[in-house]
Amino acid sequence: MKRFFSLKIIFIIALLTLTPFSLFAVDDPEEMLPNPKEEARAEAIGAQLRCLVCQNESIEDSSAGLARDLRKIVREHVARGETNQQIIEWMVRRYGAFIRLQPTFSLSTFLLWSMPFLAPLIGCCAAYFFYRTRKNLPPPAPLTQDEKDHLNTLIKDTES
Amino acid sequence: MFSPELGHYALALACVIAAVQGVFPFIGLYFRNLSLINLAPRLAYGQCIALTVSFICLIYAAVTNDFSVRNIAMNSAVSKPLLYKITGVWGNHEGSILLWAFILSLCGAVVSIFGRHSLPTLLKARVVAVLGLIATGFELFCLTTSNPFTRLFPAPWDGQGMNPLLQDPGLAFHPPILYTGYVGFAVPFAFAIAALLEGRVDTAWGRWVRPWAITAWCFLTCGIAAGSWWSYYVLGWGGYWFWDPVENASLIPWLTGTALVHSAVVVEKRNTLKIWTILLAIATFSFSLSGTFLVRSGILNSVHAFANDPARGIFILGLLGAVIGSSLLLFACRAPLLTDNTFFAPLSRETLLIFNNIILCSLCAVVLTGTLYPPFMALLTGHVISVGKPFFDATTIPLALPLFMTMGVAPMLPWKRAQLWTLLNKLWFSIGLTSIAAFIIIRRLYGVLPFLCAIAALWVIITSVSDLAQRIALFRVAFRISLTRARALPRAIIGSAIAHVGVGIAVLGLSAMSQAQHLIVEMPIGSTKHFAGYDWTLTDVEEKPGPNYTALIATLDVRSHGKQIALLHPARRHFNLQNQTITHVSIAPRLLADFYSVLGEQHDVTHNTIYVLRLHYNPLASWIWLGAIVMTFGGALAFSDRRTHTRAIYHQNISPPMIEAL
Amino acid sequence: MTRLSSLTRRRLLMTIPLIGATGVGFAFWKMLADMRVGTFNPHNINTPVLNRSVPDFTLPGFAPHKGFSADDLRQLNTPVLVTFFASWCIPCLEEMPLLMTLKKFLPLWGIAYKDKPYNIKEFLHSAGNPFARLAQDQQGRVGIDWGISGVPESFLIGAGGIIRWHEANPLTEDV
Repeated sequence: MKRFFSLKIIFIIALLTLTPFSLFAVDDPEEMLPNPKEEARAEAIGAQLRCLVCQNESIEDSSAGLARDLRKIVREHVARGETNQQIIEWMVRRYGAFIRLQPTFSLSTFLLWSMPFLAPLIGCCAAYFFYRTRKNLPPPAPLTQDEKDHLNTLIKDTES
Repeated sequence: MFSPELGHYALALACVIAAVQGVFPFIGLYFRNLSLINLAPRLAYGQCIALTVSFICLIYAAVTNDFSVRNIAMNSAVSKPLLYKITGVWGNHEGSILLWAFILSLCGAVVSIFGRHSLPTLLKARVVAVLGLIATGFELFCLTTSNPFTRLFPAPWDGQGMNPLLQDPGLAFHPPILYTGYVGFAVPFAFAIAALLEGRVDTAWGRWVRPWAITAWCFLTCGIAAGSWWSYYVLGWGGYWFWDPVENASLIPWLTGTALVHSAVVVEKRNTLKIWTILLAIATFSFSLSGTFLVRSGILNSVHAFANDPARGIFILGLLGAVIGSSLLLFACRAPLLTDNTFFAPLSRETLLIFNNIILCSLCAVVLTGTLYPPFMALLTGHVISVGKPFFDATTIPLALPLFMTMGVAPMLPWKRAQLWTLLNKLWFSIGLTSIAAFIIIRRLYGVLPFLCAIAALWVIITSVSDLAQRIALFRVAFRISLTRARALPRAIIGSAIAHVGVGIAVLGLSAMSQAQHLIVEMPIGSTKHFAGYDWTLTDVEEKPGPNYTALIATLDVRSHGKQIALLHPARRHFNLQNQTITHVSIAPRLLADFYSVLGEQHDVTHNTIYVLRLHYNPLASWIWLGAIVMTFGGALAFSDRRTHTRAIYHQNISPPMIEAL
Repeated sequence: MTRLSSLTRRRLLMTIPLIGATGVGFAFWKMLADMRVGTFNPHNINTPVLNRSVPDFTLPGFAPHKGFSADDLRQLNTPVLVTFFASWCIPCLEEMPLLMTLKKFLPLWGIAYKDKPYNIKEFLHSAGNPFARLAQDQQGRVGIDWGISGVPESFLIGAGGIIRWHEANPLTEDV
């Protein structure tokens, strides 16, 4: 495996968050755009782009060298006044759909995007059928005299 | 005395005992031999003792710097502090598998102890036997492909040390807690298998399963929270949840486990939803297993590959296939025979609990599809895509909102049938209070989703508290009577209300954190920056040696109108052995916000040194973990409900006719 | 349509989890098996540059080598292997012996990625210099245009400057 600016690190703990390490999370303040509105937009775009050499981070969160470069590029494009769409497409042209942290809606991602609707729908249908079969069942037999007597004694017991 | 060979031997012994524990009770059940059936608990104790010895041997090797043990040489070093020598034992693949097996054997022993009198002998034998079968698989895995006791010749003088990022007290106790959560769900799983084998699920079964499910759930909640806390304060950019496959792997069983805790209540109280509860118990443990092990196979993450040995991946998959496949096969054969015909009205507590299950399982389905989509897509179409935080945020949060809406309301409803008017009567106060709260916070939160989340969280808290208040008739009768009523209230009810409040607190924290601010600045010593309404002054930077590193420590003074709010000491630590520098975040948690700072690189400019600092202002950040603690506390309270531990539910004395009836 | 009995319907319904788990399990097995032989890598970034013309760029040379530009590549009639490398990367060093033998079969053009001239010199001095032409990408911008995510990465350029083949890992004997 090749890595960018770091030694190869194998994270060894099992289910900790194996988020890649960030040794130099603090970057150059000069990276930030002077206009806070533009900077906010750049951050929003950066949050949509995957750091290619990391695990599952956006380039905004990552400290890898490539992420830093991409961050700079995003800011240059923002300063040039390009739209979010244009900038993300610029990245996709170079790195493919992999760089999008949020996949676009297409035939191949149909199942992924429909899951938030499909899953509750299936659940509700199942619950409805579950309910309907129950509704059609005969009601439980009424209590016999013995049971009623027993119940009454129980009630008296708890009250006393 | 505690030589690695003894540990190795104890592990092998445990494996044999586990196999016997898994097979003999079933033979006993088949041949109606009571002595074989009664063997089960004793074997569980034996297995637990053997693994304890094995585990102690590994810790002993780590503490005494026995670098002739490969695992110790790879992950430890003489200079490592004692705490991390001990905790480093489970900080690697081999050791963590041993820990996993150890906890599993502990579960078997604890079931045997607690079920000494209360569990029917036959059910107990089946449960312990199922646990034994699972344990056999994992101990075999440990022995064959990831043995922690392998020797190394010639032994090196010093070990290679541990990744500095993992040398952290938070991480020391995170894995055992999380593993206890994962493995704990093996007990409800074993109960489900035993019930399928027995062909009987009833309210008593629900009552036995619930405390185990709650215990495992508490540990899992704590474990996930600890992991998230670790990434919050170690990784150093203020994030706490990244929707990483590894995080998702722990969230998925948590979601189904939460559903299980709730559906087990329905089984216990209403004797319905039985098949579904069985399926949830199987699914939760299956997800726990797959979660822990598939992340080690390299399919879900390659950068932090655990088991680079492909043989391990195949072995793990075979093991998973055996456990999950056989249990689902059993489910397919036996579950259709379980029936119930309990009726309930569309508006009743059952309905809302079913709704809860639908939402939780839908969330689980979304997270699961999102996590597995990239590798499956790569397999089927060859296209590589990413599914990350923006996707999960956009899909799970709106899906979870209706759940928050019903969480506090459900406990107010009676079982079987409820009246809408009575419910509204109980709710008007909460509705009013929530509306006022919504009016107050609408101007303080930016964004629709954070606002809705915050309202939902407040609604959960208010309805849960008001439910409790109504149950004890607070302010309607004399306070003394209310107090007596509160004392008489079952702990399960108080516990669930507290757990729901915990969810509310955590969600409030999450929505407030969406408003977090950060700033990267260059500061010379003595300079002040105004940020997020506070004055941050860099007063000093000094160099200090640590046990196995040297640190550069800055001092940041945070003031509001001249009054000191917090003193922060962000640092950079250089570990000589690994030649690695890590940033050490400094956080001042306050009730309303965390002051969070990271020290970056330094530049020398003509006469002065300037330091790069990253400052974060994280509103209500600590509420996320506070909420998790409250949730765990609520779970623990519900667990301690004496009703869940009453023994005389039904006495099943083993007599020859009983065995005939099998 | 015949109406299934309630029990049969329940039986069918309750095999769904088994079928689902079997399917997923089989897929995982396939992935693991393919990963072992190397035909499947879920983390391979399929750069979309394949079968496209090389992106526009002009890079200065590393003396005494001449730099090159996209036009230089497009005017070629014979295939060339363009390799991004850096002196600070260990896998780059590991693939150098192979590049030294490879240069007998086809011209190698190197691009030193984010590297200092002094370090490049040292690197080539110790590992040998297989490159016919050598350019410097100090900013790393050209690398991004090519869609590289690390070093070393190699691209086989066909006639007319079309990228025919791409390898994002160190070259080994079998590739």
